[in-house]
Amino acid sequence: MSERIVLGIESSCDETGVGVVRLYDDGRVELLADEVASSVEQHARFGGVVPEVASRAHLEAMIPTARRALAASGLGLEDVHSVAVTAGPGLAGALLVGLASAKAYAAVLGKPLYGVNHLAGHVAADTVQHGPLPSPCLALLVSGGHTQLLLVEDLATKITEIGSTIDDAAGEAYDKVARVLNLPYPGGPPIDRLAKQGNPEAIAFPRGLTGPRDAKYDFSFSGLKTAVARWVEERERAGEPIPLADVAASFQEAVADVLTAKAVRAATELGVGTLVISGGVAANSRLSGLAGERCAEAGIELRVPRPRLCTDNGAMIAALGAHLVAADVAPSELDIAADPALPVSTVSI
Amino acid sequence: MLVLALDTATPAVTAGVVALADGSVPRTLARRTTVNARAHGELLTPHVREVVAEAGITLAELHAVVVGAGPGPFTGLRVGMVTAATFGHALDRPVYPVGTLDAIAVAVDGAEPLLVATDARRREVYWAAYDAAGNRVTGPHVQRPADLAERLPELAVRRAAGQGAELYADLLGLPVAQPWHPSPDALVAVAAKDLLTGADPAPLTPLYLRRPDAEVPVARKRVTRP
Ligand SMILES: [Zn+2]
Repeated sequence: MSERIVLGIESSCDETGVGVVRLYDDGRVELLADEVASSVEQHARFGGVVPEVASRAHLEAMIPTARRALAASGLGLEDVHSVAVTAGPGLAGALLVGLASAKAYAAVLGKPLYGVNHLAGHVAADTVQHGPLPSPCLALLVSGGHTQLLLVEDLATKITEIGSTIDDAAGEAYDKVARVLNLPYPGGPPIDRLAKQGNPEAIAFPRGLTGPRDAKYDFSFSGLKTAVARWVEERERAGEPIPLADVAASFQEAVADVLTAKAVRAATELGVGTLVISGGVAANSRLSGLAGERCAEAGIELRVPRPRLCTDNGAMIAALGAHLVAADVAPSELDIAADPALPVSTVSI
Repeated sequence: MLVLALDTATPAVTAGVVALADGSVPRTLARRTTVNARAHGELLTPHVREVVAEAGITLAELHAVVVGAGPGPFTGLRVGMVTAATFGHALDRPVYPVGTLDAIAVAVDGAEPLLVATDARRREVYWAAYDAAGNRVTGPHVQRPADLAERLPELAVRRAAGQGAELYADLLGLPVAQPWHPSPDALVAVAAKDLLTGADPAPLTPLYLRRPDAEVPVARKRVTRP
């Protein structure tokens, strides 16, 4: 068996991604192309992703993005060994566009199709930058759509969710707090920038689910978001100026504190030596900074892929597909359905 | 020439291999149609594989792809459009979009003014009107059946086709002819001239006819009482 090329297609939310990777015989995965078309600007005025707007954008972007990815890889479709595609979780109408396209590519090429789990793809993204993952490892996925702690024993076959948010995703809390502070959508980057000029200890915002009787690996950001809104409204009513940078820094500190404390605690208690942080919020400077400090203290190796690999993209799906190929996992049938609620324990369908 | 014809703009998932030659009507060599409004994504590419096998050809022997561009309910419509676009890319063949209502109209026998209406859900229909020679005179539109019924005298149509016409036959008061859904040979017939002359295909733009449901938030809700 020589090197194998895997094409990856992602369309679960507002990014149309097509990636190309090369799988070597020793299991190494090399990134050859990673093209993304985003509809984020079309959603900005709505303050969140509008599913129908996203689906329409996927249809427009699908083939042009695939053409760009192939051109960037320097390969042709005839070189492709397998096609991997996000089958879930995600927005139903959005998933369907990428899945239908992937099926048609697989049918024309006469090559295997792998319908894969988007969340497992976020973990796989790290392997194209930092190499194979040790087993087991712990993954913290944080984005606008998900906030989860995963125990990854085998990227291709065995992923277990050990904790998740019980209400808002961390990225969602950023978007909502950004609205409170009159900052643009998506809220992560502007809050991160503003927070650098503020005092993270200025306001003691609540840390959700950190009481002794709370679920120790689950998250909650709804109360935090409400606390920030209440604090700001009270100042507004009293006619006092809002210290925007301090609010942003204190909010960001509360998010980063809870996420990293729980992740490091889980790694320690489960005896896992490596933590991977991925998803759009992984690019947040305070989250990665604090995770670095706390992992170093606890003797845990921290792996955070570069921002481009953390946000939704096709390369992570191609990378996961490559791991499935390497592990000899059976490919998917061409009649598989998109599953908006696909559990992370189902790595491929 | 051999043409792959696809349509997912109605509850029917349709795929066919059609032979087209100058001076003769398109001939369907193999066809799969499954009426299941919720399974377009699951069924379309398997249907393509089946019709290609049944026609005794390979995908590489196809010369072009024709796809119904709607109007149709969004999610299903996109499955056909993106599948056709992908076959076009992967096979390096042109993809011709055609109006789904036009493909229903062309399959109706007889020469009388015709209304074609398909189910747009939400108690509305997608519709277009055709003259006795089969030319589209208005549409496609999306409207409530009652509003369409009010326009019928002015349209002077004598009969109707499509599942929307059947669903609201009482309101429209027109005899309903087959078909309810477009057939592969009818899809190819609509694009026949372009296919035979090798014309540049139009852009693959789906006919949504409706804006996405989305509201721009006006003011942030306060969490505390004023
Ligand atoms: Zn994601």
